[in-house]
Amino acid sequence: MEGIDGSGKTTQLGLLAKWLSAAGHPVFMTEWNSSALVKAATKTGKKKNALTPMTFSLLHATDFADRLLYNIIPPLKAGMIVLADRYTYTAFARDSARGVDRRWVRELYSFAVKPDIAVYFRVPIDVSVDRLLARRVKLKFYEAGLDMGWSTNAVESFRIFQGKVLDEYDRLVDEFDLSVVNASSSITEQQRVFRKLVSQHLEIENVDERLDESA
Amino acid sequence: MSTNDSTSQPEDAEVGGNGRPGRYYSYGIPYLSIDDYPGKLIAIEGTDGVGRSTQIRLLREWLEVQGYGVVETGWTRSELMQPTIDLAKASNTLNKLTFVLLYATDFADRLEKEIIPALKAGFIVLSDRYIFTALARAGVRGVDRAWIRSLYGFGIAPHLVFYLRIDEKSLIRRVLQSRGMDYWESGMDLKLGDDIYESFRVYQKALLKEYTSMADEFGFRVLDARRKVEVIQDELRRQIAAFLAESDVPAAPMAVRAE
Repeated sequence: MEGIDGSGKTTQLGLLAKWLSAAGHPVFMTEWNSSALVKAATKTGKKKNALTPMTFSLLHATDFADRLLYNIIPPLKAGMIVLADRYTYTAFARDSARGVDRRWVRELYSFAVKPDIAVYFRVPIDVSVDRLLARRVKLKFYEAGLDMGWSTNAVESFRIFQGKVLDEYDRLVDEFDLSVVNASSSITEQQRVFRKLVSQHLEIENVDERLDESA
Repeated sequence: MSTNDSTSQPEDAEVGGNGRPGRYYSYGIPYLSIDDYPGKLIAIEGTDGVGRSTQIRLLREWLEVQGYGVVETGWTRSELMQPTIDLAKASNTLNKLTFVLLYATDFADRLEKEIIPALKAGFIVLSDRYIFTALARAGVRGVDRAWIRSLYGFGIAPHLVFYLRIDEKSLIRRVLQSRGMDYWESGMDLKLGDDIYESFRVYQKALLKEYTSMADEFGFRVLDARRKVEVIQDELRRQIAAFLAESDVPAAPMAVRAE
């Protein structure tokens, strides 16, 4: 699941998980930047605003490597459906928007498992900002790109930074064949499209299994 | 190395020891230009127990007497990462990938905040260990060679790399004499066996092999570390003096040197 803050992807992910669980599919959720290992460093760095684009990138890659080995590969091996709230594309988009070399960050994450399906919730920057402000979300330093010094105003900085991130995502859609969901539409409509995308994939796998058994 | 399309980013990147001295190894850090800086980067590499820090202390003294500004940097000393690395080591929660990535993060922090600013300000940067330490440790742990070279493609190729080489037997004795074996330096994470001495021996031997294999790739100047401290120091000074003489380091105030 990919998309900028305020794209509503976390809501969509929760609804999808409910549906999959109800249908009897074991589900495992994993979230971007959540491993205990690098939390200390990320926290120190963020508190002191001491992270550069490179160390920001590398810390997130470390977090990802840790989660890949403990929270992604084992549930996959156990036959579960892993739902990742953000995946490597988040790094490609954010790090490139911060000026890190695009080729370098792609090669950096080449140890990752390629997802069976990657869905990008595309939302215009205005919709995203409106949603975040309506929820009275306090824009965080790095999420708003305040480290880049483009603007001292958090909302303005968020617009500039996430605008660049959106451009990077557009590039990724073609490069990695991401499935795009229009995240401006209603929650139920998005969920309908989302479930359709996922069910297509699950059906294909079911067919494969049947074929294997008959062989 | 796959190269994806990219817009305004440099296209002449090469990976794996092809970085010219003083330049980025590969893609580098696009937002940090390192054109025409006056400083010099000199790395002293080698395993534990080869006397790197003694040599660096003596080199610093010698360079400063001549009027050169010197900055020392080490491996895993960054303010950002030190607590995390210590914690991870203590709890043995590192796997080989996170191990490599934590060290790379630490290096990136030092490169951007210490090394590059010092080079731009005209210092001679003496690095106690450099990326080769990471490449050797990763190599022993079976991390993909092309991947880790690409990872460290943001690093700067030193102007000079001295490799203090030692044989396996002398190395083991020196480490035992100095600070003894520890979990990581014995490669116990590799599960080579319960015998810590045997694990240490196999691990250090593999490390030496990795260093040897990098000597040509990265143009190491190899020095025999079994010789006396003064003999090694003389050799280092001779080579560094020759290098500084033919490079355009802002001349040290030799005129005021008390002769």
